[in-house]
Order: sequence, then C-alpha cells, then structure tokens
Amino acid sequence: MSTSITANHGVAHGDAHGHEHHDDGSKTLLGFWIYLMSDCLIFSGLFATFAALSHATAGGPSGKELFDLKYVFGETMLLLISSFTFGLAMLNVRAGSRGKVIAWLFVTFLFGAGFVGMEVYEFHHLITVENAGPSHSAFLSAYFTLVGTHGLHVTSGLIWLVAMMHMVGKFGLNDVVQRRLSCLSLFWHFLDLVWICVFSFVYLLGVL
Amino acid sequence: MFGKLSLSAIPFDQPIIMGTGLVVALLGAALLGWLTFTRKWGYLWSEWFTTVDHKRIGIMYGILATVMLLRGFADAIMMRAQQAMAANDAAGFLPPHHYDQIFSAHGVIMIFFVAMPFVVGLMNLVVPLQIGARDVAYPFLNSLSFWLTASGVVLVMLSMFIGDFAATGWLAYPPLSELKFSPSVGVDYYIWALQLSGLGTTLSGINFVVTILKMRTPGMKLMQMPVFTWTALVTNILIVAAFPVLTVALALLAADRYLDMHFFTNELGGNAMLYVNLIWIWGHPEVYILILPCFGVFSEVVATFSGKPLFGYKSMVYATAGIGVLSFIVWLHHFFTMGSGADVNAFFGITTMIISIPTGVKLFNWLFTMYRGRIRFTLPMMWTVAFMVTFTIGGMTGVLMAVPGADFVLHNSLFLIAHFHNVIIGGVLFGLFAAINYWWPKAFGFKLEERWGKASFWCWVVGFYMAFMPLYVLGLMGMTRRMNHYANPAWQPYLIVAAVGAGIIALGIGFMLLQFAVSIRNRAANRDLTGDPWGGRTLEWATSSPAPFYNFAVLPEVEELDQFWADKEHKRAYKQHQHYADIHMPRNTGAGLIMAAFGTVMGFALIWHIWWLAIVGLVGMVGTFVARAYNTDVDYYVPGAEVEKIERARLVPLHKLIENVDPASAGQKVA
Amino acid sequence: MNKRSLVSALRWACVGMTVFLGGCNLEVLSPKGDVGMQEKSLILIATGLMLLVVVPVIFMTLFFAWRYRASNTKATYAPKWSHSTAIEAVVWTIPCIIIAILATITWRTTHDLDPYKPLQAQAKPITVQVVATDWKWVFIYPDYGVASVNELAFPANVPVNFQITSDSVMNAFFIPQLGSQIYAMAGMETKLHLIANEPGSYAGLSSNYSGAGFSDMHFTAIATSQQGFQDWINKAKASQLNLDDQSYHALAQPSEKVPVTYYANVKPGLFDSIIAQYMGDMKMDKIGSEPAQANAIPSHNDHAKAAE
Repeated sequence: MSTSITANHGVAHGDAHGHEHHDDGSKTLLGFWIYLMSDCLIFSGLFATFAALSHATAGGPSGKELFDLKYVFGETMLLLISSFTFGLAMLNVRAGSRGKVIAWLFVTFLFGAGFVGMEVYEFHHLITVENAGPSHSAFLSAYFTLVGTHGLHVTSGLIWLVAMMHMVGKFGLNDVVQRRLSCLSLFWHFLDLVWICVFSFVYLLGVL
Repeated sequence: MFGKLSLSAIPFDQPIIMGTGLVVALLGAALLGWLTFTRKWGYLWSEWFTTVDHKRIGIMYGILATVMLLRGFADAIMMRAQQAMAANDAAGFLPPHHYDQIFSAHGVIMIFFVAMPFVVGLMNLVVPLQIGARDVAYPFLNSLSFWLTASGVVLVMLSMFIGDFAATGWLAYPPLSELKFSPSVGVDYYIWALQLSGLGTTLSGINFVVTILKMRTPGMKLMQMPVFTWTALVTNILIVAAFPVLTVALALLAADRYLDMHFFTNELGGNAMLYVNLIWIWGHPEVYILILPCFGVFSEVVATFSGKPLFGYKSMVYATAGIGVLSFIVWLHHFFTMGSGADVNAFFGITTMIISIPTGVKLFNWLFTMYRGRIRFTLPMMWTVAFMVTFTIGGMTGVLMAVPGADFVLHNSLFLIAHFHNVIIGGVLFGLFAAINYWWPKAFGFKLEERWGKASFWCWVVGFYMAFMPLYVLGLMGMTRRMNHYANPAWQPYLIVAAVGAGIIALGIGFMLLQFAVSIRNRAANRDLTGDPWGGRTLEWATSSPAPFYNFAVLPEVEELDQFWADKEHKRAYKQHQHYADIHMPRNTGAGLIMAAFGTVMGFALIWHIWWLAIVGLVGMVGTFVARAYNTDVDYYVPGAEVEKIERARLVPLHKLIENVDPASAGQKVA
Repeated sequence: MNKRSLVSALRWACVGMTVFLGGCNLEVLSPKGDVGMQEKSLILIATGLMLLVVVPVIFMTLFFAWRYRASNTKATYAPKWSHSTAIEAVVWTIPCIIIAILATITWRTTHDLDPYKPLQAQAKPITVQVVATDWKWVFIYPDYGVASVNELAFPANVPVNFQITSDSVMNAFFIPQLGSQIYAMAGMETKLHLIANEPGSYAGLSSNYSGAGFSDMHFTAIATSQQGFQDWINKAKASQLNLDDQSYHALAQPSEKVPVTYYANVKPGLFDSIIAQYMGDMKMDKIGSEPAQANAIPSHNDHAKAAE
C-alpha cells in the first residue's frame, strides 16, 4: 500500500540506488499469495470440520435428502463463467483498454452476484421449506458454515469489484490499479477453486 | 438498544474488582490529565499513534506487553495467594467464579497480550535492521496489526469492569465454553479479543515473511541472515500457517454461541473433541512461535558476548526449520488422555520427543560458542546462562510428559504447570529480558544501567525456582491444576513456598521497572554514541543508536555472515559517502488506528449483542480501509541533503572516537 | 568458589532436598496398583535416561561460563573458531541415540499401558460405570445393581473395568495412586482398566477443570478385601434410595459438595441411556425430564470409537 505512488516517481528517481524500494508489484503479489495460503488454511479447517461432522445428522436430514445437484451445478457454472470473464478483463488490462476492462468487470460482477443470489435462495429454501437450518444438527452447522464462508468471500469479492471498477474509471490503469486488479484476479480464481472443492466434497459426495 | 448491556453488568458487589477499577481509572485520569497539561497529544498522535516506522511500532508493542505483564502478574499473585490460603477446603479470599476468571485471564493475557506482543515487537524492532531494510514490506499493515492487538487488549481489560471474563481456562474448551454452561459474556469477550488480535498477528506474519524474503539488503543470501532473522522467518511462517486454524476454531465456537449451531455442543451431533484438536493444532505451533525468536536472541547474545561467531550456524538454521516443521505434528500430546488408541498416542509422543533433538543441538551450539570465548557477563549474557540451565530442566520434564505412559499420571497436574512455566518463563521471558537489555540502546540510544538490572535478574531467577519447583512436587503429590481450594493439608507448605517465590518475582518486576526509570533519568551518562555498544556482529549495530528513521543512509552490501564484524576488522565500517541519494519513505497514517478502533467497537457490540453498533463498527472498518485505498499521498522522499546532514552529525565525531581503537571492539570500548 | 565451599554447598543442597521432599507423600511415585507402578518406573527410567544429557549440559554451561569469563585471560581464546564437523556430529548423534532409546520405550509402554487394554489377572474383573456430572461422580455397578456417589469401592487384586462418560462438560477420572487417568466426555464412553495391589483408601478426583464446583469434585476410592467389598455392596443394598430416571435426573442437576450417597437399586441400562441422550435424536431428551428415548439411534456418531 505504502508504495502505491512509486510509479509516478519511478521515472524521476529511477536511479541505481532505487531498486530496493520501488516495488514492481512482486512484493505485493507475494504477500497476497501468502494471504491466500492462510485463507486456504481457513477453508481447510472448515473442510476438515465438515468431514468430521458430515455424518452427525443427529437423526435429521442428510445431504442426500437435501441437496439438489442440478441447482448447484447452475451455481457452479455461474462462478466458472465469472472467472472466465475476469480473465477477459485482465486481458484487456494488458491491452490497456479501460472501457472494456470496466465492462468485463461488470459482467463478472453480474455473474458473481447471480451466484450469491442463488446461494441465498438455496439457504432460504433449506431453512424455511425443508426445515433444515444450521441449528438442526452438527452436519447442517458445518454445511452452512463452510458454504456460507465461501459465499461471504464471494460477497467481499463483489464489493472489491465495485471499488475496482470505480478506480479504473477514476485513476485509469496505472500501476497501482493494475496491481490491485491482479490481486483481485488471484482472489477470484482462488474462490473458484475453493468452490470446486465445495462442489465435489460437499455436494457430489453428499449425494452419492 | 443496548443489547444485553445494562448497569448491572458492572460488578459493584466485588470490592477487589471495583478497587482495581478505581485505581485504573485514577491512574488513567492522571495520565490523560498530564498529557493534556503538557500538550503531548499532538506529539503522540503525529509521532507515535500514526507512525508506520517499524522501530516505533516495535516500541509500542513493548510498552503494551509490559503493561499487560503487570496485569497478568497481578492475576498470578492472586492465584498463588488464594492457593496458599485455601487448604482444608478453606474458602480463601477468591470465590470460584472470580478465581476461575483469574486463571483464565492469566493464561490468555500472558500468552496473547504479553508474550506475543513482546515477540512481535522485537521482530519489528530488529528484523528490518538486521537485513538492512528501510522498513517492513507493508508499513501501513504493520500499524494496523499493532492497533488490532491493542483492540484485543482493550476488550480483555474492559471485561474486568463491564461484565465478566471467561471462566473456562485459557483455551475455553467446550462444552464448558458453550452457552449452556457459560451463559455470561465472558467467553464472548474471549472470542472477540482473540479474533481481533489474532487477525493482527496473522497480518504481521504475512508482512514479515515478505519482508524477510523480499527486502534483504543487496547481496544478503538466506544463509547469510543473522540467526535471529532466521528464527523470525520460521516463526512468521508458523504464524501464517497456524493462526488461521485458531480463527476457525474460535469462529465455530462463536457460531455455536451466537447462531445456535452445534459444532461442539453435547447435543445434536456436536463434537467437543474437534475443538480440542483444532485449538491445539494452532496451540502447539504457537509455543514455538514464542520460543523460536527467543532462541534467536540467545544466539545473537551468546555470539556477541563470547566474542566469537556462533558455533554451527548451519546446524542452527536447520534445527530451527526442523522445529518449525515438527511443531505441526505433535499437537495430540496435549490430550493423550482422551482415549485415542495406543498407536496414535505413541506416534505423537515420539514426534514430540524428536523435537528435543534439534533443540538439544541448539543448546550444544550455544555451549560451543561459549567454549574458547571471552565471555563478558553483561545482563543479556546473564539471562542467557540462566536460560540455558533453566530451559534444560524444562525441556527434560517436557520430554517426560511426551511419554504417554508418564503423561497418564502427570497430565493436567501441577507438574504440567511447572513444566510449561519452566519453558515459557525460563525460555521466552528470559529471552525477552535478554533482548530488552541487548537491543535497548539500539531502540533508545542509551544503555540500561546494570545495578537494578542485576537485582531484577537475581529476583527473577530465585523467585522462579521458588515458585515453580514446589509445583513439580505438588504434581507428583497428585494435585491437579485450577483448584480453588483443596482438602489435603500436606499441599499447603509447598503452595506457601510458591507464593513467596511469586512475591520475589514481583520484586524482580519492580526492580526491572526501576532499572528502566533510572536508566532513562541517567540517559546522558549511558549514551551510546557509536551505535555499537556491545561490539556487535550484525548489521543493526552498523547504524546509529537510536537508528535514524530511514535505518540506513546507504543500504549495506553484504557478502558474508557477520558482515558488520568483517567491516570493522577491515576498517570498512562507518564509511562516510560523498553523495547521499534521496530516500523513499512511507507517510504516517492514522488509518490503522481508526480501523482498529472501529474493530474494538464491533467486538464490544458483538459481545453485548448490540447489533446496530456491530454493523457500525464493521462498516467503519471496511470503509476506512477502502478510503485508505483511494489515498494516493502515502509516501514521500527524504532529500539526500538532509540525509547527508544527519549522517555527518554522527560520523564525523565517531571517526574521531574510533581512530585509535581496535575496530573490532570499537563500539564497546568507546561506550 | 573453592572446593570446600562447593562441597558444603552440595551437602546443604542435599539436606534441603531431603527436607523438601521427605515430608510429603508423593502419591504418583508411591503407587498402590500395577498400572501406577509401571508408570512410576517409566517416569524414573525416562528421567534417568534424560539426565544423562541434562546433567552434563547444565554442568558444561556453568563450567564454560566460569572458565571462559573475560577476566580469565589464561583460558584459550579462539575468536574465529565456529565450526567443527566432529563436534557437530557428536551433538546431533547423542540426542538422537537417547531419543531412539526413549522412543522404543515409549512405543512399547504406550501399548502396554493403553488404558483401553484389559489387565491380565487371575481374578474375574468387575465393571464400574462412571458418570461425571456437575459436580460429583456417580458410580454404577451393573453386576450388582447398586450405585454410589463420590465413593468408589472394589476388591484389591481384582481388575476393575471402568466405563466412563459425562453428563455435562468434560472431566477426567483420576486416582493418582492407582495410575492412569482418562477423560469423561458426554455422548461417548471411554474405558480405563486399573487394579489395586493392596487394600486402602485412595484419593480420586477430576483432573480436568469443569466449572465452578470443580474443586470439590473428588471422591474416595476404597480398595478392600473380597469380604469388605461384599459388605460395601450390602451397605449400598440397604440404602433407602433407588436410582431411576427421575432420581437420576434430580441428581444430575448442578450441585456441590455432595455427600457420599448409596443407591440400592439402579435402573438397568441407565448408563447407556445417559450416553444415548446426546446421540442421535432431534429432540433433546434429558433423562427424567420426559420418558427417556429407549432406542436412540446408535453409533454412526460414535465419537469414542472414532477416536480410537
């Protein structure tokens, strides 16, 4: 963060001694990778918890009775497509076309919001119609927490997307904005990856 | 409107708490009044509260930890007094509900708000200087980390006067910590204080891993880093790998308490063993997070004061890394008595004792650093020798308890309490005291005086042995931990001895504070003009004391281990340059403090179920962060001319001072 | 420090140590049961083994510190010396050997002393079911149909099979002089096998903190002769009290310093239903609060099993 306007000074001070503090973005990206690893551990903890409690239905409904694979497959497609559209946005960052970047980010936002919307509806359905809320069994607690944590991540990603769209408009595609877009892109693909694990281990294995 | 919060949350009926509250309020008012009267607020705000300078952040961590040490120790001495009194099932002076909070708070405070901030503060102060960097990788994040730790402190301290604290033990095992058995806000204070400070610690961990990997001065290879930096690197990797698990464990406990979920409840399929596993998967690495940097401190101290390079540098690095890896596969030794099978128990017992191999190697390496040295018995060195003796004993009792068959009778007894105090006081705390005496001049520009320091040293060492050796015996006598009172009169004499020991430790703390005060008063006499008061070997001693805000005017070039020592030998140290380039520095910012303040509000609101206020806190936190992201004025350049002026002021007199002195020990002789 | 003062210091230290330890009864190191005896010798062997390194290390620390003090200019000073392959090999090898030996001992004793492993003995073992509640111990004798609170009796030289659970938070069942302890956890059954080698009264306690009444959660374990045990059973049989769902429910409510109590009759299967109330069903059927769930869904959720 602290180095975010170095780019503007980089030309003026691009002398030999300056290499150590002129962040080419690699420092930030390394830090963000490490953050993602720690976030990955949070999900690992939740997956382990889910695995330990997946049979603790306490006489209540199990995944097999509750999950609608087709619906979840729809969610999955939305998120996968959003990752693809984010990729297109990043390609346009390289090309330097601001308008297209914003447009693709917006498309990504729509798909992401669609995913969150579907998830909210799914939770609502489980709680009100199926009478299977998170307080009914340890299994359901683990399910709602794991999937919900992923959903919360996507939601923060959406807020971040909005901020980035605004920043691209306001500052253009300068180094700082590019670096932040790279981080968000990592974050977004990471969430995709986590979701694929959720889909396989929670839904697919739950239904099988 | 105010959730569960009402006036009845203030324990008016508890004279001890209200008395303490009154004293704290009076002292606080006096401090605030003094600050206002002397018009220090502006200075504090612009120079300290908003600073992103790693050295100042390090010092603030140190102050925070010292204050909390007093609080944690007050808890300790109350516990010792209670147990010394409560034989034959006498009531003592603390009813169970209060006593149970005290031992819980004692553990939480000592680990999370004394040892952790001390260690993180020390890494802040020293690591960038040792690797020749101008700051950490993310200075703003660093400030945020500190203030989040402070948030945790605020919540823990508030719990004393508004509501209560967890009465569950320091790890809040469910189902005892579930709403059904702990319906008050105590556990909620615990959860949110640790979540906030834990977030800060995780961010610190990320920050330092990147700092060490990416910001070393030109030429410094990994295998040329000072050992303290190595231990800091491993520690921060452990932080990044372990703290997320703590976050998960506490979040799930919070889900149980707030959202009626059933992760760890007795009912509906919950499984408390899961929490115990999760918390120790964090908890055991945490032990090494604390001790490894202290191993680093001893390595620096023993080499400096023996006047020799560290023996077996490579062994030391591999041992450190090995301990880091092993620390993740031993957690189950904290609960052999849960009824896991013999294979599982034996596996975890053996992995645990394997850790003692690299640890033993470290001890031998320190020994052989002293061997054929010229040992100067300054305070840091005295603490190191005391550590080596004490820690060896603590390590032995630890390995003993790693044998499941032995643990079956020693688990949860006072033998265990004696063991972990033996390693945490004898290892972590002695290490931190060595570090304070060793690096104080680098932080403040003058040495600590020795007389009160030595008095403090002897009180601590004698007090420690008096307070904890009886606990080993009591453990063997069958006394278990956390007892409010007990029937067996045979235990009492030992508990009285232990209480006296705690009293002697209190003297040690008092003398240490006196040492600080006297040293600050006499600072003119103890000024360190060279920047190298001990005849140091590593880069932090190459710059002035206190280090200038940019650390190094010209980044040092490194070609070997102990570069500064080599520079002194070859008379290359303290080079004055013809030309100084502009230096790029981060600007101070209050964003970290503001975010943490909103975080504190959110935590407090969640504890008391004031939902609207929690939302305000959350939105404030996120909003401040986003606003910060829009701020483009976050750094500046120090003109080369100004750097030159500062460097001249130091180097010109310094060169006169050291002209006729052996360069290798220049600093130490002049100072 | 000259030699004489060193010797006298050592002598005083020995005297001090004897006084320090002499007056007390180190229960863990004076076991009265087979398990405890094995554990005691394990502790002593492991400690002895480690002292082989610990004593030299402490001695070398003090000796090197003394010998190489700066004022002793007679001692060799090797300011550049920082590596010796031979020494490094030794300092890695010695701890490795010690730990290898200790690990072997650990592997063997952990299996021998596994609390779940039944003890080998001539006599037919007796079974005691143990329930930790807030804050007292309930002991059920399924073979005799009696129960007691905060007092446990069994014949000496007869293996006792403990089946342990909790009807509240986690506790640990521990009789220091007999040996191993084990956790008591709700919804699951842990096992412990102990034996007393001689008659006597042994202190028993919960060694895992369980809340406000924890400090009073201790009991007496009485090892008797066969006849003495029969007398104890008869004493229980003579009690006016019975332990059924209702009275158990009342007993399980939080209470402190509960006096020793005997129950002449225990409802069969009470122990299992205490465990079962935390397993399976959607409704939280506390025993006694309404008719207990007789056939709660068993054990796809059997934590104790999962832990093995």
